[in-house]
Amino acid sequence: MKDIIGELHSFESCGTVDGPGLRFVIFMQGCPLRCKFCHNPDTWKIKDAKYHRTPEFVVEHVLKYKSFIKNGGVTVSGGEPLMQLDFLEEILKRFKEEDLHTAIDTSGYILNDRVKEVLKYVDLVLLDIKTIDATAHKIITGVELNPTLKFAEYLSEIKKPVWIRHVLVPTLNDKKEQLEKLADYIKTLNNVEKIEILPFHKMGEHKWKELGLKYELEDVLPPDNEKLQMAENIFKTKGLSL
Amino acid sequence: MFKQWKNFKGNLWKKEINVRDFIQNNYEEYKGDEEFLEGASDNSKQLWDKLTEMFKIENEKGIYDAETTEPSQIDTYEAGYIEKELEKIVGLQTDKPLKRAIFPNGGLRMVKDSLESYGYKLNEVTEKIYTKYRKTHNDGVFSSYTDEIKACRRSGIVTGIPDAYGRGRIIGDYRRVALYGVNRLIEEKKFLLSEKYNKYDMDEDLILRREEFTEQIHALKALKKMASFYGFDISEPASNAQEAVQWTYFAYLAAVKEQNGAAMSLGRVSTFLDVYIQRDLKEGIIDEKTAQELIDHFVMKLRIVRFLRTESYNQLFSGDPTWVTEVIGGMGLDGRSLVTKTSYRFLNTLYNLGSAPEPNITILWSERLPESWKKFCTKVSIDTSALQYENDDLMRPDFGDDYGIACCVSPMKIGKQMQFFGARVNLPKALLYAINGGVDEISGEQVAPKYAPVTSEYLDYDEVKEKLQNMLRWLAGVYVKALNIIHFMHDKYSYEALQMSLHDAEILRTEAFGVAGLSIIADSLVAIKNAKVKVIRNEEGLAVDYEIEGDYIAFGNNEEETDNLAIETVEFFMNELRKHKMYRNAIPTQSILTITSNVVYGKKTGSTPDGRKSGEPFAPGANPMHGRDKRGAVASLASVAKLPFEHANDGISYTFSIAPTTLGKTLEERQQNLISLLDGYFTPTGGQHLNVNIFNRELLEDAMEHPENYPQLTIRVSGYAVNFIKLTREQQLDVINRTIAQKI
Repeated sequence: MKDIIGELHSFESCGTVDGPGLRFVIFMQGCPLRCKFCHNPDTWKIKDAKYHRTPEFVVEHVLKYKSFIKNGGVTVSGGEPLMQLDFLEEILKRFKEEDLHTAIDTSGYILNDRVKEVLKYVDLVLLDIKTIDATAHKIITGVELNPTLKFAEYLSEIKKPVWIRHVLVPTLNDKKEQLEKLADYIKTLNNVEKIEILPFHKMGEHKWKELGLKYELEDVLPPDNEKLQMAENIFKTKGLSL
Repeated sequence: MFKQWKNFKGNLWKKEINVRDFIQNNYEEYKGDEEFLEGASDNSKQLWDKLTEMFKIENEKGIYDAETTEPSQIDTYEAGYIEKELEKIVGLQTDKPLKRAIFPNGGLRMVKDSLESYGYKLNEVTEKIYTKYRKTHNDGVFSSYTDEIKACRRSGIVTGIPDAYGRGRIIGDYRRVALYGVNRLIEEKKFLLSEKYNKYDMDEDLILRREEFTEQIHALKALKKMASFYGFDISEPASNAQEAVQWTYFAYLAAVKEQNGAAMSLGRVSTFLDVYIQRDLKEGIIDEKTAQELIDHFVMKLRIVRFLRTESYNQLFSGDPTWVTEVIGGMGLDGRSLVTKTSYRFLNTLYNLGSAPEPNITILWSERLPESWKKFCTKVSIDTSALQYENDDLMRPDFGDDYGIACCVSPMKIGKQMQFFGARVNLPKALLYAINGGVDEISGEQVAPKYAPVTSEYLDYDEVKEKLQNMLRWLAGVYVKALNIIHFMHDKYSYEALQMSLHDAEILRTEAFGVAGLSIIADSLVAIKNAKVKVIRNEEGLAVDYEIEGDYIAFGNNEEETDNLAIETVEFFMNELRKHKMYRNAIPTQSILTITSNVVYGKKTGSTPDGRKSGEPFAPGANPMHGRDKRGAVASLASVAKLPFEHANDGISYTFSIAPTTLGKTLEERQQNLISLLDGYFTPTGGQHLNVNIFNRELLEDAMEHPENYPQLTIRVSGYAVNFIKLTREQQLDVINRTIAQKI
């Protein structure tokens, strides 16, 4: 078998927003989605990877931080971590051997037998659902919604703990009906521990320009607190925990 | 046996002076949460309001008031009060709160200059006494300084050394006064004179020791006299909680009336006092409200300790710090934590009286501390940014479970150890001297010996490293000479009789050296090694700037190669110091600490090969240079944690600033994440010290523009806390810039 190499975007040693506790975050390169609000468009193309590292290298590097993350864990984000399954499986397996909590941050677009195998080493899935409206989903992400729903339902079936993440983008996915529909859908799942409504921000805008891409959300402002509160209340009233 | 010791257990401490044994036999560990705490009493609020009004005047004028005639001594003034009827704990340094005393024994020039800078004039007779009849510590030092030492002081390669004022960093065991009463302590000293230090040849050492014990007895008698002004007889032990707090405070007050020390730390009193408070609570003598009031009033007094300092001193150590450092928590050798309800009560003063930089509350951290205590500490940090943390698991093996912190980061066994404080040297300047053959890059003066300069266009790693080591070898020699002279003269002309009377007869002395700008050295060396560094010379051929071609990975990214260069530098300089003879056979130690002088050091230092431009600030303490730690806050912590405590036994300071939203979304998450950061940093072989600042950049920017709205905004700088609005504008900007860099 040829040596496995991970195509990586970056590391963050002080992750406090991607899963429970203090976490080491590995950002993988490559993503099948093209979200209009993406704040890391530089992770899209796998061939643009800045780092090419073996699983051993990455694991050894992360373990330097073990004393900090032993009550938090490791999150593999991206990009889309499920695009590099062999690499992902190797590192997750090793983290589990070290008794570290593991999470992946995914769009749930890819589901196959290999993904199912790799999920064995995942303690928590941070599942990003951009919108529950199929048409809007295609517009926002460039891909179909259905695979993500299939993914969510599979996780529910195997009772894998999930946090649903939803980036609230004014004009794109912040309509009341849409949010209510999303909440109703989430209620059909039996494995969701938490819902995180993340306010859209424009800190990634400069990256679009650097990559020569057109940023369509130039005129869109981040949601204000009122809007955010409104969105959160929709989920709360449906009995979901945030 | 004293009747005041009723219900106290244990025997050893009754036979010998042994406060630790008393604590271990009598304290009750507290594992619960903060629910029992009480708010401020009306009296406390009134007193604090009155002081707050006085602080406004102090801020406007620079000082509230000053003495101009009578030098401060333990029993110089009659009683002084804030508001006599309201005060549960009494005693002021002078006759009025915030009025600053003068201490000419340390140095007359400092007194004169400080007074004049605030529009006061030293009394002529006092001046005459200290010029014509009485020599000062400062005069003594300059009688013996070499030209080389003077040149190093001038150029700023050696800075902040205590040659014109009190050295400080001595912690008296102030608890002894409460536990034993002064008479017993005097008897002990008399016994030493008549029985123990009376038996062999009357050599210089014995003569000196006998004189010191006699001075100590005088100081203890003066302490009794001072207490009598306030209507207290402290000959015998304290009989209840109020007296225990009062006696302990009197002992500390006598110290700050006798000495204008650079840092006048309190030690480790909270758990000791808790024993008395618990006894009174059980007997129904006081309730929780009163217990808290005692601590509030005690802390209020500690907050208003003041010293008169010059403008140049304030630039180095901004914001009027006194380093009334009190360590709280930590683990005992028997596995119980030393956390008590009074540990909580001390932290609660930050709510009852609002946030404040003093006392310098220092949490001794261990992963094994009770969970609810850890949570409360992190809550207080998140709410006030007033706490610093130090690694108990790292220090306990060397220092036991009854040590304190002097100043910022210097551990010492209470009553058994003292240090000869030596400020620090400017390492980046030493590097520039190595490149320029001992010529100062700013003045052009030949300060160091005329070693061969670097003449090539590009810096060569092996050549620079060898030259740097030669320069550090020379610098260590000059530095030791200076400190030996300073401390010889301090003992001779400005001996701390009261503080030393609260020590054992045989003590361990350390001579504490320090370095500033470590991250610049590591970054410069790795830049020279892994990138190309081109030298820019001026017309005289002096290297004055550097151009870096290519990249290097800076200190603070948990990168083995760079971090090792920092480690090697610490070890090398320490080993050079160890080669020299120390004053009074002290053990040499080293700290990596700058206090706020990182800004002034930067101003006085030319461009460095790491890319830092002339005049730009250094990083504080052992911090990475700001903006260069690119792999996140934890990588930066991991780099600093590697610095070897065995070669920097006097402390390694790291200032960590993070925005609340970066730390986590909810208070609960922030607390948990901060606990993880502290647990992760403070492994038994990990980091030693951590300042924790949690605030938004916007808040600081607003405070800079509207200081009147932020009278109590407290932030942690290297090793102490400070009122943000008391910093110079440059220092405020430095703090703000570093806060930006800590964003993820």
